[in-house]
Amino acid sequence: MGGDAGGGPGPLQEIVFRNFYTAFVSVRVQRARGPRRWLTCVRRRRLMASPHAEQGAQDYFSLPRHQMLCDVDQVTAVRFILRQPSPVWLHFTIEELQIFPPSQKSPPKDFPSWLSQLAPPQQPPGPHAELPDPEKVSAEAQQMWVLTEVIRARQAAARIGRFDVDGCYDVNLLSYT
Amino acid sequence: MKEPLAYMRKAQGSWEKRILKSLNSMCTELNIPLAQKRPASEQKELLNKWNEMGTDEPDLSLFRPVYAPKDFLEVLMNLRNPNYENGEQPSFRNHLGLIQVPLKVKDIPELKEDFSELGLNIGQLGIDDSAQVPPEFFENEHVRVGQKVLAEQDSAAAQQYVRQGCPTALRAELWALILNISNQPEDILYYEQLKSNVIQHNLLVDSLIYKDVKLTASNDDYYFVFEDYLYQVLLCFSRDTSVLEHFAYSSATPPKSYIRGKLGVEEYAVFYPPNGVIPFHGFSMYVAPLCFLYHEPSKLYQMFREMYVRFFFRLHSISSHPSGIVSLCLLFETLLQTHLPQLFYHLREIGAQPLRISFKWMVRAFSGYLATDQLLLLWDRILGYNSLEILAVLAAAVFAFRAVNLMEVTSLAAAEAVLADLSTLKVVPLLQIFLFATVT
Repeated sequence: MGGDAGGGPGPLQEIVFRNFYTAFVSVRVQRARGPRRWLTCVRRRRLMASPHAEQGAQDYFSLPRHQMLCDVDQVTAVRFILRQPSPVWLHFTIEELQIFPPSQKSPPKDFPSWLSQLAPPQQPPGPHAELPDPEKVSAEAQQMWVLTEVIRARQAAARIGRFDVDGCYDVNLLSYT
Repeated sequence: MKEPLAYMRKAQGSWEKRILKSLNSMCTELNIPLAQKRPASEQKELLNKWNEMGTDEPDLSLFRPVYAPKDFLEVLMNLRNPNYENGEQPSFRNHLGLIQVPLKVKDIPELKEDFSELGLNIGQLGIDDSAQVPPEFFENEHVRVGQKVLAEQDSAAAQQYVRQGCPTALRAELWALILNISNQPEDILYYEQLKSNVIQHNLLVDSLIYKDVKLTASNDDYYFVFEDYLYQVLLCFSRDTSVLEHFAYSSATPPKSYIRGKLGVEEYAVFYPPNGVIPFHGFSMYVAPLCFLYHEPSKLYQMFREMYVRFFFRLHSISSHPSGIVSLCLLFETLLQTHLPQLFYHLREIGAQPLRISFKWMVRAFSGYLATDQLLLLWDRILGYNSLEILAVLAAAVFAFRAVNLMEVTSLAAAEAVLADLSTLKVVPLLQIFLFATVT
């Protein structure tokens, strides 16, 4: 069972999908330049430990660029070949297929990129050590402050251990939703 | 990850809904709220008799357990993968046992590898410490190594060590070392806070706990002495919101409700009970064996909580995890069918599917069925191997041991009678023989 995906030529960073009872997947690509034949970039990747059993059957998988067998720049078409040798399953496929070009990385980062840039390495203080430059210090202090704010905002609610709402825990019936 | 298989998540959701309905209808029938604040006089009274709650004889006749293991077994029997060829015609696709989902389970060669420390040529407590064996052979050295592990406070070494069994004198500390329980002042304080939560609010779940303890542990020759401890642990357990964290990796979801009648208003949403776990018939038996090891309520409480969020929760929720009850049932049935095919066929023919008998053993991790020293030797291995698969192996080994008698029975009741009393069984020899000394 196979499927093609096409479009303008572009590089491939990562393929992500959700399995549905496929035992092995192979991926072939067609490139913009060079011969018009299909090159195998992923050969018989095992998705299910045993084709007859559930393990791996509905898991998420990622095929990153560095695990591919051929160069995946300038790809014009991608072909997926799905194999399921076991007769016990009614259907098999892959779902939620996403192909990422290099500009996007998954998962996307949460905080602005300037925060993650490291400060330039400081010169080790010489024998005549001077006071550090106040501008540099305040800039670094600001960076630290923004970082702590970001971390605090992302921290899960503190474990107070309380289960009531404003001291009240009068529960009558359980909710079904 | 909670549970990768969609149909299992759905089955767990339906099962939970059934439990909620059952609890709600009990609530409306008895006209008792699920939770309410205790009046001050009642709070004072409870505080005074905190250490002897067992002397209380409340009228529990109207309460019934929310469910029993056999109800849960019915649900597991009906579990089907909609993408699997569940034809009516018998074929290689249908399993001969009660469990019909195609989970991957280990076979004996794989189990032999996983449980290699149970091998015939390796010393074991439970065998090589018996009266006939001189202690110089194995026991003395093993105890010495255990003391060294404790002195070094090496948790990983402790986990490896207990695979060969724990000496009785060292067991409490070794288990605490493996589970990383140290009973610091803040832990004691936390337990005291839970105790004050119990005093302040009365939960319907408390009555279920009382009933369960009265029906199970109080009737058990070994555990009735610990009745008061069981209340002190289980009532606090229900109020412990830190248990909610385990739902991140359990297939289950905690029940939700709204206070002050504000249905659907999220600011008034609460979990019920606060720890999200509704006890079932036999739940208190998870705590009872620990009472032999820990006498300080705060430490006993923490050990039980950790055992629950690591292991026991998998025994009463539907998931595809290798230590989940569904996998354990399938492992048991597969082992029995592969290695005792005649027995399996015979029992099936007389309407005594083996899982109907062994299910209750596995759901309770054999608590209340084995003699206590044997149970603790079994739980040593659960901790040592960080897996519940040993429960399925033991269940199959028990059937293998009584195979001769079982071949002669002609009804489910008679089969149950043969397997009614496991209190004389020695766990470690049974496991060794089944894994390493049976001709496959």
